[in-house]
Amino acid sequence: MKKLVEINNVVKAFGSFQALRGVSLDINEGEVVCIIGPSGSGKSTLLRCINHLETVDGGLIKVADNVIGYRLTGSVLHELPDREIAQQRAQIGMVFQQYNLFPHKTVTENIVEGPIIVRRKDPAESRAKAKELLQQVGLAEKADYYPGQLSGGQQQRVAIARALAMEPRLILFDEPTSALDPELVGEVLQVMRRLAASGMTMIVVTHEISFAREAADRVVFMDGGQIVEEGTADELISNPRNERTREFLSAVRA
Amino acid sequence: MNTISATKPTGAPISASPYVVAKHIPYARYVISAALIVALALIAHAFAVGQIQWLVVRQYLFDSAIMNGMINTIILTFFSMVAGIALGLASALMTDSQNPLMRSVSSGYRFFFRSIPILLQLLIWYNLALVFPRIVVPGIASFETTQVITPFVAALLAFGISQGAYTSEVIRSGLLSVGRGQVEAAKSIGMTRGATLRRIVLPQAMRVIVPPLGNETIGMLKYTSLASIIQYQDIVYSTQTIYYANGLVIEMLIVCAFWYLLVVATLSYFQSKIEKHYNKSNQTHSSRVENSVEKAG
Ligand SMILES: Nc1ncnc2c1ncn2[C@@H]1O[C@H](COP(=O)(O)OP(=O)(O)OP(=O)(O)O)[C@@H](O)[C@H]1O
Ligand SMILES: [Mg+2]
Repeated sequence: MKKLVEINNVVKAFGSFQALRGVSLDINEGEVVCIIGPSGSGKSTLLRCINHLETVDGGLIKVADNVIGYRLTGSVLHELPDREIAQQRAQIGMVFQQYNLFPHKTVTENIVEGPIIVRRKDPAESRAKAKELLQQVGLAEKADYYPGQLSGGQQQRVAIARALAMEPRLILFDEPTSALDPELVGEVLQVMRRLAASGMTMIVVTHEISFAREAADRVVFMDGGQIVEEGTADELISNPRNERTREFLSAVRA
Repeated sequence: MNTISATKPTGAPISASPYVVAKHIPYARYVISAALIVALALIAHAFAVGQIQWLVVRQYLFDSAIMNGMINTIILTFFSMVAGIALGLASALMTDSQNPLMRSVSSGYRFFFRSIPILLQLLIWYNLALVFPRIVVPGIASFETTQVITPFVAALLAFGISQGAYTSEVIRSGLLSVGRGQVEAAKSIGMTRGATLRRIVLPQAMRVIVPPLGNETIGMLKYTSLASIIQYQDIVYSTQTIYYANGLVIEMLIVCAFWYLLVVATLSYFQSKIEKHYNKSNQTHSSRVENSVEKAG
């Protein structure tokens, strides 16, 4: 197994509040890791550090052996210029809780924006590829709709297609189903399950314990800005060793 | 929209009820309409029998001096707005920058040029030669200030720079209307800051920016008439030049007003076109329902 993501002792504060207190985590290529934990435990912050939507105060994040967001000289990190950070982000997909589709662009335009503008791919080719991706997420007939004309579940599936269009090494999901009506959660999880089965490397922050149990190779429990416990889905969800993990799981299940 | 009748299943029986709603007769509306018609007729009559030589109005409507004046008015309006929008965008971006010096410069700029009456600004720029007789670019060139600051240049500086101070707020509120999530989504697919601004943020901000900017363009068209006091030959200047010579004051003013009406009407037409353009893609869930009902109906 080849290591794809290397998170090494990452520290992050907002003002005087310590959101991440030394988080370390390695993720292999093709692995699906679910991060669970109570609200405010730093799950989103960790995810956002991985594609440098947040700066870090200390520690190191590497994706495919490249230090994200910084140039390392000796032991000092210097933030990279905007253009280089953008190039790094192009390899890391992200799916947001609120979908964040571009409302002024059609579904197809949303998907081809990255390939055409960032990767400078041929527009016709990109559109053909977008059509394929839309088929994969079951939305072929919505190609020319605007996001505002779609349900939440459909929008989130478009958002996944938009991330996939960049052919990323890795996709980050931040509570992709939390904003959805209960009856729409299934369709999004199904797309994610298929993606996981296809070998995509995924880091998923979620409250869907059953999804974690089914799809995750590994589950990480965070609390208070730290990783409290990690293990295979079975180990962590069925036999949590840590007291806080147990409390959290029983609260979620209740 | 005809939503109700369109969604009603066709041919469904409507049960007869013994209760009938009385037809509403809007008496008040009739009375007000009648009063308005009488008032308008009286005004029209007054102008028809007043001391106005309508033939002269017609004769001067397409006079070349008038037309030139109108063209100068449009040119000054156009370039003032272009300068205003460029400065406004720069000032808006500076206001939201991380650099405290940039923020203060930007807010100082807005305070200063919004506080001084535009007429005063015109006079200051036009009389710049009194303070700086020569404009010197060290080592490159040196000009007589009076040669450089023509009435057009003075007016452009005054209108463009003060417009920028107002436009800055308009553009800023537009930029702020676009959620942070949009910027993050753009970043997450690898877009640079510039591309994010150009392709994601600005197009969405336009929906908020265009309506007030359209009004300001129309306002600018009229404000430029102030430049006639520093000898800029706009349409008001041409109008006055003609009536000083022929003494037909009201006739010439009517000609002038006609052209303003025409240009403002044209601008309003394009404004609504542009607004429609920026709104079309922002369809909501409800408009989808309406559209599908219309198609079905
Ligand atoms: N931009 C910010 N400024 C200040 N504080 C922040 C910021 N972003 C996050 N925080 C704080 O950092 C802590 C961790 O936030 P984070 O969003 O990572 O939590 P989370 O585990 O994702 O929670 P949730 O399940 O509610 O999404 C929270 O206490 C939050 O208030
Ligand atoms: Mg979160």
